[in-house]
Amino acid sequence: MNKLLEIKGLTVTLPSKSDRKYAISDVSISVEKNEILCVVGESGSGKSVTAFTVMGIHDKRALTISKGEILFDGYDLTKIGEDQFRKFRGKKMAMIFQEPMTALNPVMKVGEQITEILEIHTDLGPSKRKSKAIEAMENVKLPDPEKIFHSYPHELSGGQRQRIMIAMALVLEPDLLIADEPTTALDVTTQATILELIKEIQVRRGMGVLFITHDFGVVADIADRVVVMQHGIVVEQDRVNQILAHPQHEYTKMLIGSVPSMVPPQKKSIDVQAVLELTEINKSFGKSSLFRKDRIVNAANKVSLKVAPGETLGIVGESGSGKSTVARCAIRLIEPDSGSILVKDIDIAKLRESGLRYLRREIQIVFQDPYRSLNPRRTVGQSIVEGPMNFGQTEEAAVRKAKELMEIVGLKPDTFNRFPHQFSGGQRQRICIARALAMEPSILIADEAVSALDVSVQAQVLELLENIKKQFSLAVLFITHDLRVAAQICDNIVVMKKGAVVEFGSTHEIYTQPKHTYTQALLQSAPGQKYF
Amino acid sequence: MENHVESSAFDIAWKNRNVSIGLSVLLIIIVLALIGPIFTKDPFSLSPMSRLKPPGDFGLFGTDQLGRDVFSRVVNGGRISLTVGLSVAVFAILVGTILGLIAGYVRALDSIIMRVMDGLMAIPAILLAIAMISLSGASLATVIAAIVIPEVPRVVRLVRSVVLTVREEPYVEAAISVGTPVHLIMHRHILPNTIAALIVQATYICGSAMLTEAILGFLGAGIPPEIPSWGNIMSEGRTFFQLTPWIIFFPGIALAVTVLSVNIVGDGLRDTLDPRIARSLK
Repeated sequence: MNKLLEIKGLTVTLPSKSDRKYAISDVSISVEKNEILCVVGESGSGKSVTAFTVMGIHDKRALTISKGEILFDGYDLTKIGEDQFRKFRGKKMAMIFQEPMTALNPVMKVGEQITEILEIHTDLGPSKRKSKAIEAMENVKLPDPEKIFHSYPHELSGGQRQRIMIAMALVLEPDLLIADEPTTALDVTTQATILELIKEIQVRRGMGVLFITHDFGVVADIADRVVVMQHGIVVEQDRVNQILAHPQHEYTKMLIGSVPSMVPPQKKSIDVQAVLELTEINKSFGKSSLFRKDRIVNAANKVSLKVAPGETLGIVGESGSGKSTVARCAIRLIEPDSGSILVKDIDIAKLRESGLRYLRREIQIVFQDPYRSLNPRRTVGQSIVEGPMNFGQTEEAAVRKAKELMEIVGLKPDTFNRFPHQFSGGQRQRICIARALAMEPSILIADEAVSALDVSVQAQVLELLENIKKQFSLAVLFITHDLRVAAQICDNIVVMKKGAVVEFGSTHEIYTQPKHTYTQALLQSAPGQKYF
Repeated sequence: MENHVESSAFDIAWKNRNVSIGLSVLLIIIVLALIGPIFTKDPFSLSPMSRLKPPGDFGLFGTDQLGRDVFSRVVNGGRISLTVGLSVAVFAILVGTILGLIAGYVRALDSIIMRVMDGLMAIPAILLAIAMISLSGASLATVIAAIVIPEVPRVVRLVRSVVLTVREEPYVEAAISVGTPVHLIMHRHILPNTIAALIVQATYICGSAMLTEAILGFLGAGIPPEIPSWGNIMSEGRTFFQLTPWIIFFPGIALAVTVLSVNIVGDGLRDTLDPRIARSLK
């Protein structure tokens, strides 16, 4: 046993008004040299608090370490002062964060951000520092490091930015790397390469890595050992194969069981007339001005698709593929530049708001972020009845209907008068679904509707979507970047890349015989395929 | 329901020391100004025998060059200043909010409204006021209008910027997609988000309006000189400043304390109502 970091009985207390007493309670874990320890859990499990406390960058006004010790390099990190801590950070332990755009300083060239660390921690001269930074950038396989050295963060892609973060973290060759959801904000193909990179550097340097994630697919790909946390408590820890093959704790079993399979279930083909039909939709953003002509983005380029009642059509693609643009065109939140949108054989593509208003009932949307899609100042009841009352329903009838719908989506009707902040993310998403259903639409668009949810909640909301689709014979346009979710829920799939449809087919076809190289790359990148 | 949110916001605001102190001082000033006529002498009554007397036997704050009681004039002048401050704040916020909502939400009108506002902002406020008053004669209404006009563009900019961020929120898009008419979207979903910023802005407008009114009065371009506003009292006392400083000193202090307490309330409200600042102050 060669323990690099040892956390013993660590308890971190939350402020007195919080809904629970401890952020983490009696957590004992250790990271050895030359291993990747994954800490897995859903939101609120305390996994990030654990990582932040080790780095000494937890919010000290809100969180206090009340018990336990963190042993690292012969010191107890809970007892040393800020000065000493600063010498550890960067040099002995380093951290990479979830969102590489906000973790980098936007007004500083990335090369300078790497040399800054060398300037603080070493006595190297400017030219030495630069060559060291270039070397670090080569190590994370950035193309043309000389050029990227002089780039600003916004000039790089998400994956490149995360590589810069990793280069920054590793330039001083720390013994311990803490990675807090480092691939969550990245596209699936980028995620695959970054995971590979972290694994490779870890093996090459013999580092210890504390890797925080919520995704069991990632765990399966990268972990040596796994710690499962729930509500601030470690419920299970073991070697990765053991956990995946023989989970002991109920919660671990549930988490593993909630990972959707990549194998699509058999579905019957649907043979009815489409209710929503998009033909050759074009939409570009930005306009060429007199001085610049290069700022136009073709977000949708001749996109055609159709959805029939009872069918779920998936649009999958990475960020920037234009899938949300298509959805927003379909519901006419934005006007397409050209093309037609037939809703029950009426073209709404160029309708003005007055003519559009009555057709808005037919087509409803559920957004990604359950925290922003409900007005925080209005009760959930008011949000649900807003639509029907816009179309002249009496308040009494609308309220009665809303309460019925709340029951259907699995909420207690007596919570009608509560405000959104009194609900969890999953419950809010149910409220949004109820709001959409209140309009009695024939088409429902789910724009990444389950992406912000924890896996266990995700499974429930997906089930709900499936049920209401059957019950109300809805045509569902399901937009997602998650190939596992798409495999389970969609009947047919459209794969989009850079605004254009590259492949269309039944889910079964797409997953078993992908034709386009991009589809193949996407499918190969989905993490955890060895196990799930 | 909206009342519920507002009242709790007021409770939180009252706990802020700045807000409670500033509001208390302001309340005292308002009450004094309102009940002033009951306990003070007639501010217009001349007394040639007791001109330019220092504070003491002939009145708490002394008398001016016509023998009028300065204390009574200052207390009664408070009503004018507070009226100007309050009405300017109300009108500027009202007009600015409406224009700001339209500019932020109706894309076609945005650039038209904003260019007009830019134009208004380019005119010096005092100059505009002097021009308006010399054109249409000195009256309370003219003075208020003259101060409101240059304040409006600032409110419009503030409201517009809030609208531009809020209109992108998914809950606004959801409201559009359930067919909510534009005026209801504004009223239900967008306007409530601007209220905190507007209350804070209103206090600053109120403070600066009282100052501007005094400046205009001092320059002789304000409210008719026979009306005892703080600016007018100071303007009249100007000539005798070296001999009888109390004629300028007391209205000056009254103005300073009033504006200061309004601004302190504004600072306190900004701290409690802006969630980002409130969090960092905890």
